[in-house]
Amino acid sequence: MKRKSSALSRIYTAVIMAFLYMPILVLIVLSFNQNKSRGAWTGFTFDWYRKLFTNRLILGAFVNTMIVALVSSVAATLIGTAAALGIHTMNKWMKKAVRMLTYIPIMSPEIIMGVSLMLLFVFVRTELGVPLELGLLTLILSHITFNIPYVIFNVLPKLRQMDSYAYDAALDLGCNPWQAFYKVILPEIMPGITAGFLMAVTYSLDDFVISYFTAGPTSQTLPLAIWGQLRRRVSPEMNALSTIIFVVVLVLLLVSNLSSMRRERRGRKAVRL
Amino acid sequence: MKLHTRLASVPYLLWVVVFTIIPLLLIIVFAFTGTDGGFTIENISAVGRYTDVIMKSIWLAAIATGVSLFLGYPLAYIISRHSARQQNVSLMLIMLPMWMSFLLRTFAWMTLLEKTGVINRLLGLAGLGPFELINTSGAVVLGMVYNYLPFMILPLHSVMVKIDASVIEAAQDLGASPLRVFFKVVLPLSMPGISSGITMVFVPAVSTFIISRMLGGGSNLMIGDLIDMQFLGNAYNPHLGSAISLVLMVIILLCMSIMNQFDDDVDVEGVLR
Amino acid sequence: MKDVLIDLRDLVVEYDGERVLNGLSLQIRDKEFVTFLGPSGCGKTTTLRIIGGFIEPVSGDVFFDGKRINSLPPYKRAVNTVFQRYALFPHLNVYENVAFGLKVKRLPEKEVHSRVEEMLEMVGLRGYERRGVAQLSGGQQQRVAIARALVNTPRVLLLDEPLGALDLKLRKEMQTELKRYQQQMEITFIYVTHDQEEALTMSDRVIVMRDGEIQQEGTPQDIYNEPINAFVADFIGESNIIDGVMLHDFLVEFAGVRFDCVDKGFGEMQLVDVVVRPEDIRVVSPGEGKLTGVVESVIFKGVHYEIMVDAHGYHWKIHSTLPQEVGSFIGMTVAPGDIQIMHRMEAGE
Repeated sequence: MKRKSSALSRIYTAVIMAFLYMPILVLIVLSFNQNKSRGAWTGFTFDWYRKLFTNRLILGAFVNTMIVALVSSVAATLIGTAAALGIHTMNKWMKKAVRMLTYIPIMSPEIIMGVSLMLLFVFVRTELGVPLELGLLTLILSHITFNIPYVIFNVLPKLRQMDSYAYDAALDLGCNPWQAFYKVILPEIMPGITAGFLMAVTYSLDDFVISYFTAGPTSQTLPLAIWGQLRRRVSPEMNALSTIIFVVVLVLLLVSNLSSMRRERRGRKAVRL
Repeated sequence: MKLHTRLASVPYLLWVVVFTIIPLLLIIVFAFTGTDGGFTIENISAVGRYTDVIMKSIWLAAIATGVSLFLGYPLAYIISRHSARQQNVSLMLIMLPMWMSFLLRTFAWMTLLEKTGVINRLLGLAGLGPFELINTSGAVVLGMVYNYLPFMILPLHSVMVKIDASVIEAAQDLGASPLRVFFKVVLPLSMPGISSGITMVFVPAVSTFIISRMLGGGSNLMIGDLIDMQFLGNAYNPHLGSAISLVLMVIILLCMSIMNQFDDDVDVEGVLR
Repeated sequence: MKDVLIDLRDLVVEYDGERVLNGLSLQIRDKEFVTFLGPSGCGKTTTLRIIGGFIEPVSGDVFFDGKRINSLPPYKRAVNTVFQRYALFPHLNVYENVAFGLKVKRLPEKEVHSRVEEMLEMVGLRGYERRGVAQLSGGQQQRVAIARALVNTPRVLLLDEPLGALDLKLRKEMQTELKRYQQQMEITFIYVTHDQEEALTMSDRVIVMRDGEIQQEGTPQDIYNEPINAFVADFIGESNIIDGVMLHDFLVEFAGVRFDCVDKGFGEMQLVDVVVRPEDIRVVSPGEGKLTGVVESVIFKGVHYEIMVDAHGYHWKIHSTLPQEVGSFIGMTVAPGDIQIMHRMEAGE
């Protein structure tokens, strides 16, 4: 498969990559710019980072974001993993129906998900009289809703890859059904569960649209706070925040990739032995 | 035993009913009822007033989808012909910007496009401009392409990588010119990727309100803005908002069913991973 | 029957309304090597899974050592299984796979260790303890699967087509190995296969199955030499199966020729199936034998030649150590003792 790529395709790739990264690079550079208006470079400073870390609004929103992301991802992982186990044993027809249902939150536009959940919460409060105010709880419920499918679609393939007799083998060797589950099935689908959980966390951290409709005025998440700041237009602190997020993500990706590469290499070495 | 595990999906199924199906049904109910709770088609007919906004949304999203396909297709092909290792690196580079907040990425373009922004400053150094870059339809399309281009490249790549190099070589061997190879082999084989790429760009593009708000100014309203105004804006009228949402859902279902003609199984799972 | 260990009575199993087992009854003795043989879908694996405890019959009873165990779950049975494609646990290494059952039973670490090592010694995998199972060859994985089951000292070992994924040479090797393990461990082996050669080499007793019913049971010799019907004859080894008429006791007519035979009790003018093994047809000069035909093809098979002959409206398969000229006329004879007469199978069966 390996081929020399032509100069033309190299240039093309470089241009697209430049398009994708230029705005981010500009933000990073401007986050160290003294000048408050964005266009001109007037000198290096860490001021915006300092201001960011003393911004109560942003810090509070950060805490909320972490709470919502973790609680909703854990819940989605539990519900989604159980669901995948159930779906795996369903017959073909039922499987197909449930998969269709699971596609809905992924395929439908976020704004539809957002307003429909908002309608639900409003309906429950006004028509059913349940005192469910828009806030952290409704945020968490909404995030669980859009996170579950990611867990299911990460766990299901692992179940499919599993030897269909592995569970039987565990029973055969003396495990009761519970032992068979946590000694054999769980370790095998764990990579899928972890991937699903991480995906849920990232989607939850990043979600703006659905949170926008379901958060209510009191509980802000980071993306909501960013939106509020951006509307006021003057916010070099946002450049600093963007830079931090970008660097954190970059480091996380590098670490996870390096470790998986090392694991791969170790595996290959073992085979050679 | 089998029955036992199938029960594990019950919590999820209940969750889907309460937090996905009922909310979507509520949109329909709200769309066909007035503030007094009685049945009415007033809301639906009121949507007619916004025909120009709806048409403009579809138009802008369609242009953005076309540009994404035009830009993304060659890149996906170039990447798919590289070694597995290079492919991983390239795909990661394409996905990395997506890990940064959507809002901040769009904000970056504000910084670039503003009247006193980076681009105009640079042009100014060459004695040009300043140009009216931001608050135009072009800026909105640019924002869409920038944000959703990866959604086009990834499904295209996942299909192209499955095209065996020997198939292409066989076509060349049989005397096909490079152009013929492309139109007779590569293009037909990548149809499923094209259709799911189109869906994955068009759906979020047509329903966005962030991009139009941040880069389009007041003069480039889209369907998403209308919905936002009815639910959280000054115009507060969830019944009309639901009616507009319903129209948006119909547009999207139409788009998806047209795309499904080309590919009966949109491979969302493949794209997720 | 003495020493009956497993007693299956009138087992019926249905999947989605379709009968997989149709009133199967069978007794299996202690320390016996029994093989279920049949084409796919004949119910052999289902029977094995009933004994293993993975399937409960709709009706009928399963007795183990005199106790009814119909709904006893697998983890409470003194039975272990070697699964199709082994079902090794990929997240565990060789040692951990073999030790799995003993650790579940919470045996002391020392005993676990010595028993696992002993078992790895027996299957020839000492020194492979820390290997991941994915890094083993098919034959090695197979041995791990056997060791993992046998280390629990079951009364019965169930083997579900265990050699299916191996190549021919390895398969032959493992057949001898398996027989050795069975004699060394002195336990019952119940073996499922669709490969007749495997069944005949290893077993004390072969049970030929079809459509959820037992066709014939007996020693490999019985089954091969005295197949009870055309299905068994066809399934076990190669056969010429010809329509015939039993004229009266000891006289049968087929291919338009009358033959003496050793069978009786079929009644006069009874339609029957006549089975002749390819190696039982003797080639003679044209006109000398009872049958005469034209040689259609000759293929060298290593030990013998496979000769196809067109004679009396049938295509005959002959195994002979001498080749024949294609297109030449030859005569053929069959000794009375080599003609097997069977009741005609009903249409569609």
